[in-house]
Amino acid sequence: MASKQIDEIVLANATTSYAAYGGYKALEKARAMTPAEVTEELMTSELRGRGGAFFPTGRKWSFVPSKEQLPKPHYLVVNADESEPGSFKDNEILSRVPHRFIEGCLITAHAVDCSHVFVYIRGEYSGPYEILVNALEEVPREVLGGVTLVVHRGAGAYICGEETALLESLEGKRGQPRSKPPFPAISGLYAAPTVVNNVETITTVAPIIAMGGAEYAKLGVPDTRGTRVVSVSGNVVNGGNYEIDAGMSLRDIIYDLGGGMADGRELKAVVPGGSSTVILTKDEIDVGYDFDSLAQVRTAMGSAGIVVLDDRCCIVQLGIRFSEFYEHESCGKCTPCREGTRWLTAILRKLEDGRATQSDLDLLLDVCDRINGKCLCPLGDSDAIIVASYVAKFRDEFQAHIDEGGCPFGGHSSLDHVLAPVAMHTHSPVTQVPA
Amino acid sequence: MTLYELIQAERAKYPVDSQSAVMPALRLAQEEHGWLSPEVIREVAEALEETPAYVKSIASFYDQFHLAPVGEHLIEVCTNVSCAVVGAQQVLEAFENECGCHAGETSDDGKFTVRTIECLGGCGWGTIVSIDHHYRTYVKPDDVPQIVEELRGE
Repeated sequence: MASKQIDEIVLANATTSYAAYGGYKALEKARAMTPAEVTEELMTSELRGRGGAFFPTGRKWSFVPSKEQLPKPHYLVVNADESEPGSFKDNEILSRVPHRFIEGCLITAHAVDCSHVFVYIRGEYSGPYEILVNALEEVPREVLGGVTLVVHRGAGAYICGEETALLESLEGKRGQPRSKPPFPAISGLYAAPTVVNNVETITTVAPIIAMGGAEYAKLGVPDTRGTRVVSVSGNVVNGGNYEIDAGMSLRDIIYDLGGGMADGRELKAVVPGGSSTVILTKDEIDVGYDFDSLAQVRTAMGSAGIVVLDDRCCIVQLGIRFSEFYEHESCGKCTPCREGTRWLTAILRKLEDGRATQSDLDLLLDVCDRINGKCLCPLGDSDAIIVASYVAKFRDEFQAHIDEGGCPFGGHSSLDHVLAPVAMHTHSPVTQVPA
Repeated sequence: MTLYELIQAERAKYPVDSQSAVMPALRLAQEEHGWLSPEVIREVAEALEETPAYVKSIASFYDQFHLAPVGEHLIEVCTNVSCAVVGAQQVLEAFENECGCHAGETSDDGKFTVRTIECLGGCGWGTIVSIDHHYRTYVKPDDVPQIVEELRGE
């Protein structure tokens, strides 16, 4: 297929005009309800956050103190900083149904009694940004009902997807996570009560109000109600975003929706919920795509980015590439993450290059232990958890790198010599393990 | 409107006394000047009533702000895993060849800066290449000569 501008694909079936969207009927319905009733409806729907943490949305809203309890303005901040490798759902949601998204913002603003909404959209998303701003201009003043919606553009920092780093960034600071508590519901943006929700979560609000929470809760499976937009990528025939009933089997997602393996290759492994989630082997994909089922195989839905890898992928190189990502994106605030992610890359590189001894494999896992659970946010943890999972599930392949003095793929891995941004300026292998 | 006036319009979107307009201001300044030289940082700082050091501390945190000059066209190839397993490195090398510079560098004629970038959020449509901040999807090495030709013609 020839390269295309993204608009041709995504916009083919988009509803970007206000007239075509047919008005904000769910918003009308919500505004006829009290804020508490709207929140109650969300609790009934059992919707849980789609950004990755999976926190019950209605409960999150209910944590916001009333203005009598805490006399400060309330803020709604929408996290559109989608940057998790493997996830691209929010990109397409904003591009295709911007009005459903805006309607969700306005309903949520009503529910949490706020008149200021900030949408923090990643700086690279120029296309979705333009679509969103154009859609916003179409919304009649009376429909906005006194709510101000500001679209704030990021400038290239994965860490700003972490909610407290996002708030720092939105306040005009470096995007470094805060320690919690206090949680944003009490002290968030400008130290005022703030609800932070993901784009997909907010976009689901209008349909929930329209159909009723109880009706929505009939979809999906216990603990994961409703639908989920999954992003399928990697070595599949039909990469793309698909809205599924929660609980659909991962095998069906890959083979039916994704069209199976590309180039007639064999499946080797699947990253089930974005780069930060524990890897699954080809024998572990008969699992429901929902919170409980994935927890049983000790992984998670995360941000629903499903990366399918075929038998050409060297798992050590997979570890290198993802570690390079976390190393590059570490904000530098916590030492275990700042130093540890660099060490993980370096030790993995040593394995890949055939310079590693048996003790390096132990050292690798030791560094994972020294990162995990010791930082303010999960960025470093993610690197530690996934690398440890690669060793646990593909230990033979790691061992072969030591025993054979190098990569058993002999230069034929699909991730061979991939240049990561963190290595770009030197154009040479990253760091050496310090002696 | 002048850059100063544009920055004041951004400041008006946020609460008084907040520093929230720093990123929008830097973006506007970069769009006007191409990159954020010390002089431009000072200009932004004055418009925001902040110190240049503060403004630079923000600019240096984010990948999209350029603290050194870049070429007329910015070509950013995603080499994260989903794009890499469908050939992103080969796409990158094709751009390096056509533009005549290594990743992380600007071509001698000042036309192109080529660099790799972390996940752009288009994983199922790889390889994703952001050209002057607009995505192209399904880019293959064979597409690259034509893309670069078009950019040279602009």
